[in-house]
Amino acid sequence: MPATYEKIATTTLGSAATSMSFSSIGATYTDLRIVWVGSFAAAGGSRLSITFNSDTGSNYSYTRLSGNGTAAASARNTNQPDVIMGVSDIPQNVIHLNEIDVFSYAGSTYKSLLIGQSSDNNGSGFVFRQVGLWRSTSAITSIQLKSYDATNINAGATATLYGILKA
Amino acid sequence: MATYTLISSNVLSSSAASVTFSSIPATYTDLVVRYAARSSGGSQTDFLQLRINGLSTTIYSDTVLYANGGGGSILSTRGSNVAQLYAPRFGVNGNGTTSNTFSSGEIYIPSYTASQNKPVSAISFTEDVANGTEAYQSVGAGLIRETGAITSIGLTLITGPNFVSGSSFYLYGISNA
Repeated sequence: MPATYEKIATTTLGSAATSMSFSSIGATYTDLRIVWVGSFAAAGGSRLSITFNSDTGSNYSYTRLSGNGTAAASARNTNQPDVIMGVSDIPQNVIHLNEIDVFSYAGSTYKSLLIGQSSDNNGSGFVFRQVGLWRSTSAITSIQLKSYDATNINAGATATLYGILKA
Repeated sequence: MATYTLISSNVLSSSAASVTFSSIPATYTDLVVRYAARSSGGSQTDFLQLRINGLSTTIYSDTVLYANGGGGSILSTRGSNVAQLYAPRFGVNGNGTTSNTFSSGEIYIPSYTASQNKPVSAISFTEDVANGTEAYQSVGAGLIRETGAITSIGLTLITGPNFVSGSSFYLYGISNA
């Protein structure tokens, strides 16, 4: 039996790229957790987005709660082609953290997500929590992480996929 | 190596002004601190602060989103160029709250040995039902502008002076090797 909390795969960018992905994810676990640490190369910064099984149909929705150090805010997006993390672009080269929990990923119900983003930048930045939904009954077998505007993620970005088992 | 491993724990048998995890090995990928703490001071809520490697220079900053149950408001605040990861609303039950109530929290530090600034994610909960006025739930984003590996983590209180007996602190390592 696999451990309760186990690394499935990790990937580190050796050179700048617009995306990172995990494939051939087995149905071994109950939940998935992704920890992403990195930064963006574009002068205007960027944000991370996630899709599953390469589905870019309008099957995603999300609701976010954020704080910018001055005020809290909430917003919602429906019928989206992906789930975009964060409120506004994270500035160029600012190292930040995304934690993404995917629940019952191998089940036949729609897939719910819980996303946390920590992108403090010493006087600017955000703290952010987001719930998401992928309206698909298919088991998740692959995950695509991209900059939402197709600009580069800097070399050195690391994404680790963990499996969490209840059995 | 197990993925999620207890590195060290400290359950206080007597009050202490600080808790330090030292000689943290570079064996893991990420660190997680979990705590349940109560302060000897502060009439109601005290607040936790964190420093790494004994550094008390102004390398820390944070952005916090929090709610205290008062008026249904959700608020956000920030500290920049401060000498500790202050996390202004990372509440710890103070001496004026109901006896035996402790606050819980988790601090996540990924890539703690990488030669880059260290982002931090944190969440904390403070609840005092009997008191009815002291409750905080907060999530925070922190940044530590230090490129050296983290080898020690020190936890203290803003007011204190002490964490009371029974406060517990756990340091876990997460490995992606």
